[in-house]
Amino acid sequence: MTKENSIKRGRKITQTVVFGLFKICALINGIALLIIVWFLVANGWRAINWTFLTQAPTDSMTKGGILPCIIGTLAISLGAMVVALPVGVASAVYLNEYARQGKMVRFIRLGINNLAGVPSVIFGLFGLAFFVVWLDFGVSILSGALTLAAMTLPVIIGASEEALRNVPDTYREASLGLGATKWQTIYRVVLPAGLPGILTGAILGISRAAGETAPIMFTAAVFYSPSLPTSLFDEIMALPYHIYVLATAGTEIEATRHLQYGTALVLISLVLGLNLVAIIYRTHLRRRR
Amino acid sequence: MEYDLKMSIQGLDFFYGDFKALHQLSLDFCENRVTALIGPSGCGKSTLLRCLNRMNDLIPYSRVKGKIFLDDEDIYDPSVDVVTLRRRVGMVFQKPNPFPKTIFDNVAYGLRVNGFKDRSMIQERVESSLHQAALWDEVKDRLYESALDLSGGQQQRLCIARAMAVEPEVLLMDEPASALDPIATQKIEELINELKKNYTIIIVTHNMQQAARVSDVTAFFYLGKMVEVGDTERIFTRPALKQTSDYITGRFG
Repeated sequence: MTKENSIKRGRKITQTVVFGLFKICALINGIALLIIVWFLVANGWRAINWTFLTQAPTDSMTKGGILPCIIGTLAISLGAMVVALPVGVASAVYLNEYARQGKMVRFIRLGINNLAGVPSVIFGLFGLAFFVVWLDFGVSILSGALTLAAMTLPVIIGASEEALRNVPDTYREASLGLGATKWQTIYRVVLPAGLPGILTGAILGISRAAGETAPIMFTAAVFYSPSLPTSLFDEIMALPYHIYVLATAGTEIEATRHLQYGTALVLISLVLGLNLVAIIYRTHLRRRR
Repeated sequence: MEYDLKMSIQGLDFFYGDFKALHQLSLDFCENRVTALIGPSGCGKSTLLRCLNRMNDLIPYSRVKGKIFLDDEDIYDPSVDVVTLRRRVGMVFQKPNPFPKTIFDNVAYGLRVNGFKDRSMIQERVESSLHQAALWDEVKDRLYESALDLSGGQQQRLCIARAMAVEPEVLLMDEPASALDPIATQKIEELINELKKNYTIIIVTHNMQQAARVSDVTAFFYLGKMVEVGDTERIFTRPALKQTSDYITGRFG
């Protein structure tokens, strides 16, 4: 009897300890985000004011605002989304709905998975060689958006494939059974059912790309631009590159610290804002069913 | 009373890869009759049902030999358009599978994909289909709510309404009541009785009593072969073969 009890107690202790460890691991994630945000807010909130958000930098970027950077980052992010979303979803539809699962598809998947592992600076160099030089788009919104799109594609394809796989086959069967063609089935049933997952993946991918420095430093972003962009072929300033420049290449690195933190705060707000939009939109779509 | 022949299977073999799932089946289905396919799990009855609207085309490495006639046309002939075939031979599945759309859009779906544009005509057909499926009174005030909010039994009747909206000639039902409670099951069975006035119905079921209650003809399958076929009453009272009587009395399977 006592032996049985001690075994029981031992199992209970193991369970408590293991779950406790898991809980700590899970908490670390949330705490890390909180610490980063708190750190940025504590150091950067003084820099944030109306002028900061609506003016261009002045006095060799030691004063003024970051409006061109906000606009630049929004422009290349949206541009990347416009390109990557249709291409990514189309690829996922092909791979998941049409393609015969064989060598060809395995090869394409291998390519996509490897693309996802390529460091962002390589995408930057690729963008420079291909879009900027070879296609002669120059350092521009277009080159930057295309480079970011290429970088985001594997994420969007992965998320879309996952979303399509989660659409029950019974929906496809029901649709085909009613005399719908394969395309009608995909367009009218499968894609709408997978849309929340697809959009979530897409926005997460884009918000990630919005914060990248390496892919845009050769393809779209410049140190300083006196005017706001007016066409796709204009160069831009961008939030992550602006932080990088102020923190490493400026003449007044210490004096602009608060501007760096302020810019970082704006960037992370933008990214979190985008994610929030994704979450709200997904909940909205789910509720509508 | 004589019934007109609607579908006819002639010498059908079916393969999943190297596995032969159906052996030399031949079976006729008549208009305005309910034919029940019974047999233990894995006997090939669902496979057979899915051959009748070529749903098995979706399974990779599957192969069909033999002929299945719908009226005078072999549905496996290369000239046959499978999309048209599936409009003529409708299907209701084992688990209710309404689309994540409104009740109205679910029923209208088949019409829309088949090119119907006239709104008032679609409206009319949706209403009459829901009437036929004995669902109208329960959903008439909530046509634009999600179909997923309906109960399981209502969802299955919705799926029947959805299948009937495109006015198929044959209705295939794959254990349509197996996921439902007894009351919902009874409603589905009453519905089948009503529907056979207009359709050729072929139903797969695991439930002997159900087969006895709803069908006119019963075919018993075992290990991919058809063991016995005949009028339901005779099959259940005077089966010709011992294997059949063992199964329907519950001694195996």
